[in-house]
Amino acid sequence: MNKVVAGPDVAVADITDGVTLMLGGFGLCGIPENCIAALVRKKVNDLTCISNNAGVDDFGIGLLLQQRQVKKMISSYVGENATFERQLLSGELAVELIPQGTLATRCLAAGYGMPAIYTPAGVGTEVGIGKELRNFDGKEYLLEMAFAADFAIVKAWKGDTMGNLIYRATARNFNPLMAMAGKITIAEVEELVPAGELDPDAIHTPGIYVHRIFEGSGYEKRIEQRTTRRD
Amino acid sequence: MALTKEQIAQRIARELKQGFYVNLGIGIPTLVANYIPKGMDVVLQSENGLLGMGPFPLEGKEDADLINAGKQTITTVKGSVFFDSAMSFGMIRAGKVNLTVLGAMEVSDTGDIANWKIPGKMVKGMGGAMDLVASARNIIVAMMHTNPKGESKLLPACTLPLTGVRCVKKIVTDLAVLDITNDGFRLLERAPGVTVEEIRAKTAGRLVVAGEIPELQFS
Repeated sequence: MNKVVAGPDVAVADITDGVTLMLGGFGLCGIPENCIAALVRKKVNDLTCISNNAGVDDFGIGLLLQQRQVKKMISSYVGENATFERQLLSGELAVELIPQGTLATRCLAAGYGMPAIYTPAGVGTEVGIGKELRNFDGKEYLLEMAFAADFAIVKAWKGDTMGNLIYRATARNFNPLMAMAGKITIAEVEELVPAGELDPDAIHTPGIYVHRIFEGSGYEKRIEQRTTRRD
Repeated sequence: MALTKEQIAQRIARELKQGFYVNLGIGIPTLVANYIPKGMDVVLQSENGLLGMGPFPLEGKEDADLINAGKQTITTVKGSVFFDSAMSFGMIRAGKVNLTVLGAMEVSDTGDIANWKIPGKMVKGMGGAMDLVASARNIIVAMMHTNPKGESKLLPACTLPLTGVRCVKKIVTDLAVLDITNDGFRLLERAPGVTVEEIRAKTAGRLVVAGEIPELQFS
């Protein structure tokens, strides 16, 4: 079993106009930088992107927004990107804002083979409009459907040739959930090792969920809010 | 004298108890971390996937893979643990987090909160706020009593799109500490030198004032 592909351009070669993509990361932390760059080069359009955030103006998903490659974003927070706000207000871009935990759990449901989940997040707000409401033990919950994504693109710290993945620190975030949820899952990793080198107990994403893997290069790992203390 | 943001945070820190797991939102809530009583074990949860959030790193020690929910570089502490976003909101939904502190644009006298959207003006998104307010066992709101125009943020009903319904338990503003009760906002404490009359004038929702209202003390 060998899932290694040559690089990002090969990995995204069959991503076509109009597909639905999941992109891992929280803010700019743990985003698949190499694949995003490949999608920009490929000039694929009309994408629906499921991602917690929309990057910043000139990095992350912001690069796809700049080239007007995105038709719709499904996110929980998009406050860091002025291009996004402009395209949204001008009507070029559609957005569906959903609670962060709902976003994560709709990925989880897809990866666990469950069609839907119940969550209290959004009950009594505009998020709940048009959704089935159900009462369990006196508390109300919304029915939220599992995501269906054509491709999931994730970033891990280490991976092996069989597609097993390990993430690092808070760069884990949505990556393991989206890795489970894509019909086709593409993983880019900072370090690719032969199968057998990763400790089976330490693997976060079993390779069964991953279809293509490659070792990325030139990671910028931009920091959005560099904050330090003095002493 | 109205409270400073630091004093609001300091007052909220008095609600912390030994062994609490706490989620602090962006803004004033973040400052609560500076006032955790010495010797008290409080574990900070950051909903992007960390329990045991430490202070900001020293310059040169920033790690792009280690950030908080506000996207700021942070550090870990002894006993820290990382997890994915589904588990993070799983522990929130399951009521494992003892206290949530967050900011608000409006709070109603029944405990509704609005803090994510101003129609036609601001569309940033709710992030994790809707999940937090729907599930947290104890929610304290930290905010200014009035908006920059001087209008009350403590209302009979929220005018902005809601984040959550009947969920806020306590509010600490620059002027007062209030609980949410069936009869509306109950005034518990007032900022030094701020009168009950001023608080009444700046509270648009129902306000219950029973007995003497003590002044907040800061050492």
